[in-house]
Amino acid sequence: MKVPLSWLRGYVDIDIDVDELAHRLTMAGNEVDSVKRFRHIENVVVGEVLNVAPHPNADRLRLVHVDDGEGVHEVVCGAPNVAKGQKIAYASIGAELFDAYSEEPGKTRRLRRSKIRGVESSGMVCSEKELGIGENHDGILVLPENSCIGTPIGDVIGDTVLDIELTPNRPDCLGVVGVARDVAALTGKTLRMPSLNYPTTGPNVDALAKVTVADSDLSPRYVGAVIRRVNIGPSPPWLQERLNAIGERPINNVVDATNFVMFELGQPLHAFDYDKVTDHHVIVRRAVEGEVLTTLDGVDRKLDSESLLIADPGGGIGLAGIMGGENSEITETTVNIFLESANFNPQNNRRTAGLLGMRSEATLRFEKGLRAGLAEVGIKRCLRIIQEVAGGEIAPGLIDTWPGEGSEQEYVDLTNDHIVRVMGVEYPVQQIETTLKSLGFEIEPLPEDSPNGWRVTIPYWRPDIAIPEDLVEELARIIGYDDLPATGVAGRVPRWEPGATHVFRHRVVDALTAYGMRQTFTYAAISDELEDKAPPPARRSSIDGVSEGVKLENPVSGHHATLRRSLRAPTLESAARNTRTWRGPVALFETGLVFETDPNPNAPLPRQSEQLTGVLTGPRGDTLWDRVDNDFDFYDAKGAIEQVLETLGVDARFIPLEDTTYAQGKAAEVVTADRKGTPIGTVGIVDTAVWERFEAESPGAVMFELDMEALRVIVGDKTRADSYTPYPRYPGSQRDLALVADSSVRVGDALQICQQNRLVKSASVFDVYEGGGVDEGQKSIGIRVIYQSDTRTLTSEQIARAEEQIVRRLEHELGVSLRS
Amino acid sequence: MPEASPASTQELERAALDSLAAAKSESEIEEWRIEYLGRRGVLSTRLRSIGTLPPEVRREAGADLNRLKNRLCNAFDEAAQHVSESKRDFAPGDAIDITLPGRRSNLGGLHPSEMMMREILDVFNDMGFQTVEGPIVELEKYNFDMLNVPADHPARDLQDTLWIDRNSDERVLLRTQTSPMQIRTMEKQKPPVRIVSPGLCFRHEATDATHEWQFHQIEGLAVDEGVTMADLKGTLYEFARRIFGTQRKIRFRCDYFPFVEPGVDVSVDWDGRWVEIMGAGMVHPKVLEGVGYDPAKYTGFAFGMGPERIAMLRYNIEDIRHFFSNDLRFLSQF
Repeated sequence: MKVPLSWLRGYVDIDIDVDELAHRLTMAGNEVDSVKRFRHIENVVVGEVLNVAPHPNADRLRLVHVDDGEGVHEVVCGAPNVAKGQKIAYASIGAELFDAYSEEPGKTRRLRRSKIRGVESSGMVCSEKELGIGENHDGILVLPENSCIGTPIGDVIGDTVLDIELTPNRPDCLGVVGVARDVAALTGKTLRMPSLNYPTTGPNVDALAKVTVADSDLSPRYVGAVIRRVNIGPSPPWLQERLNAIGERPINNVVDATNFVMFELGQPLHAFDYDKVTDHHVIVRRAVEGEVLTTLDGVDRKLDSESLLIADPGGGIGLAGIMGGENSEITETTVNIFLESANFNPQNNRRTAGLLGMRSEATLRFEKGLRAGLAEVGIKRCLRIIQEVAGGEIAPGLIDTWPGEGSEQEYVDLTNDHIVRVMGVEYPVQQIETTLKSLGFEIEPLPEDSPNGWRVTIPYWRPDIAIPEDLVEELARIIGYDDLPATGVAGRVPRWEPGATHVFRHRVVDALTAYGMRQTFTYAAISDELEDKAPPPARRSSIDGVSEGVKLENPVSGHHATLRRSLRAPTLESAARNTRTWRGPVALFETGLVFETDPNPNAPLPRQSEQLTGVLTGPRGDTLWDRVDNDFDFYDAKGAIEQVLETLGVDARFIPLEDTTYAQGKAAEVVTADRKGTPIGTVGIVDTAVWERFEAESPGAVMFELDMEALRVIVGDKTRADSYTPYPRYPGSQRDLALVADSSVRVGDALQICQQNRLVKSASVFDVYEGGGVDEGQKSIGIRVIYQSDTRTLTSEQIARAEEQIVRRLEHELGVSLRS
Repeated sequence: MPEASPASTQELERAALDSLAAAKSESEIEEWRIEYLGRRGVLSTRLRSIGTLPPEVRREAGADLNRLKNRLCNAFDEAAQHVSESKRDFAPGDAIDITLPGRRSNLGGLHPSEMMMREILDVFNDMGFQTVEGPIVELEKYNFDMLNVPADHPARDLQDTLWIDRNSDERVLLRTQTSPMQIRTMEKQKPPVRIVSPGLCFRHEATDATHEWQFHQIEGLAVDEGVTMADLKGTLYEFARRIFGTQRKIRFRCDYFPFVEPGVDVSVDWDGRWVEIMGAGMVHPKVLEGVGYDPAKYTGFAFGMGPERIAMLRYNIEDIRHFFSNDLRFLSQF
């Protein structure tokens, strides 16, 4: 909402500077987005001509003495109309003025000290053209007598426009008077309400026109008036200036008057050509499905049966509260006018305007739900303005069809206790009453036995006031929040609820960051094209085996049209993009929700489950002086999973996995080590063809996934250790097994056999080797075994027996033998 | 000492002490110890050879040698201590290059949004607010209707919504705010309620340096008997002090959000200007009514803030789009 200061000053005195005004309005909820000054020129002020003397060297020039409030200046002036006692615009040296002699419009030049015909001129008396407010350069601009010497010229000839970002609850401030009312309350001034009086002539309006509201649910109040014998023409300058200042184009005096009142009071109005309304009978009804109305922008509008139409017996003449019809438009030949000021249903108005794509200044107001009382005030004000700018005879009376009369809430009861209950602070009674009154609320003490309260009448301009809290806000926003004390929430502490998802997530995320990985966040909605680069595996649990993606109805772009079904493609893409700009290790992971349609058609929401995906690519670490630069490989990804699982205290097995995102034979499914073998993740080398789709600059990547939902269920509230176990007090013995195995033997199986022996505390692989010194098709494996008992020191015989058992099992089950 | 020419104990002692004095490093002293006091050292050899002496001098010679051994042992201890104190064993060639980079593991890290969120949530957790999470694909009623934003209401224009394409009676959307968690929480539990709820939110808007269609939000809600606007101010004041610094002030300004009344917008003083960091207010009685709380008995406050915006302010980040670019040149700075 654009509010020119000049317009605002018509209703309230403003004696604070504009930035302070903007600040106070902003603090009170009417956020001033920008303050634009027009025709403000630095170094130009109001001056008074003290005397005029002839120029010694030129007949056409004169020497003028000007008082600008700070001193008297001698100025050379060529204007014929300069005279003693005039208030004029005095420009001192340095002022940037419009160049009156330039062909180029808007060209300015800076005023310099200069001698004119041998006399130095300290400044200049300006013409209209030099000030940029008109074309006149024949003489100087003479200002009104009462202009105050020394006032910046902008305050006299210029204007300042506040652009206010209004909140949807304040349609009253979609009228300058509404803003003025807030200004008055915020600055302790009194609002000057514009006049609603006008003389009337001729027959009563009831004899001239008739209104039938057929669909009263959509038109709670419809007020009409007739004004005859108007002179249609351009508006007078004051009215044109008002509209121009807020960026509205003047059309003709009658239409301008309706617009002016809309921007003044917030009530949209519409003027019909009275003589084009068949039988002078206005009917407010729903359109017939498919009914067509040509609106005054010349467009044929096809309406549905919920669109509210202003019609006459012959058909539509206007789209209620949105736009008038072409057939009843005010034209140069219009003589008599039917003026409408109505109250329309906000939801219906918003719906129809939205459907037709016709959001207008009128719907902007109607959709917020105006009070019916405003319609009457608006039409009276408009009649007065029309008569002022277009003449005419106003028929006495108003046609007032008010089916909704009495249905609006009239008052709100506010108690002092309620204010304290909401704010936590008590305002003095005097302050409460003064503040409410300053905003135009009528208040009276609450009836009967509630002394500490008020019955507050809801004024016609405030549809947003309905409950005591609304009034509490009125008090708080005008009094201000700065003095409100800052206290803490007292009272009962809520019961803590266990099982928070974020606690579990933190454990996983922290394990991975400690492992050297970076957390990422990608977009939840992606393109099918991206998802297809690394499609999610078909879920085993879903009924038909294929999960369906959740589509957005109105995506921001085609790149973000479907909710991701997995984090694979987004994470691979993030990693691949980094390989093009980052030389070090790229180790990223994301944990976030993935989505799929619920196979149960009655489920209210799609499935949303948390997944974790990590991708590692590029060099395993930053280049170091004694380290070979290896790239990340399978065992780094597996290590990440193992690190997480060990942190959580979950034992897992890795079993071969077929999945098209991973290279064949180079991926594993991660399942719990228990008999159920619950799937909890995958890990593998990304298939070369898949990785190439992401246009990475690294030769390959490894990836892992964790099913966060499944893991969370498995882990529950468990910490890594359920309880402390006294550590063994008897020494352990370390023995190395040097084994030879067929190349196809999986080392993990051999390791498992070692670990299963009851005297073995731990076993780890310290070497795997194929090549020279080992037979073709064979590999050597080194396993370090620690034998230890919690109850005694093991004898070498016991250890030897255990080792023997292990070797036998290795031989028997895997065909692995001791290296001779 | 060659055994062939046995010197007197005095000569032996002088030679040994001279030689010890010449030993400058621990290793030299150790060599000396082995030479004189070792199992096959000079003294041991001498002592062993006592048997070859005539019996009448054996006793005296043995006592002599043992006294000498004691003296040499003491001298050795002294010298060893002296050397270890003065570190005399350093030779330039023994030095290592301490400027070579160390061997370290890769430095991982949290995403700055998560980092910011954890820090903010910690503040409220400390004040008794429990963290809860909920769905980001949400029902229209939780995101709007039950938050006092009915359909066909201009307040919906404040948040352009991304809708899910779906054939069903209930419309489904990507939540535009974390506020649905207010409703979900209150539906489940009775007052007192004190929660914070972080998570992703979405708006249908054009992306630029200060706007993203996807962002995180943190919601806060406290409902009980006697919760006031002054409590909201105190709570957020504490938040500002901990997140932005103990000297920070906050400011409330009247603003409109349909689910609070009165509504405020909260600013923090930042380098001499007020910067808006969140919307807040007293829970609208209609919202309380909608979840079955008696608004005559209970009051509450709610607030919502964007961790990315707060991180931008704190870390001087010029473009919100960095947060979802996942560029290591950005991420690695946190």
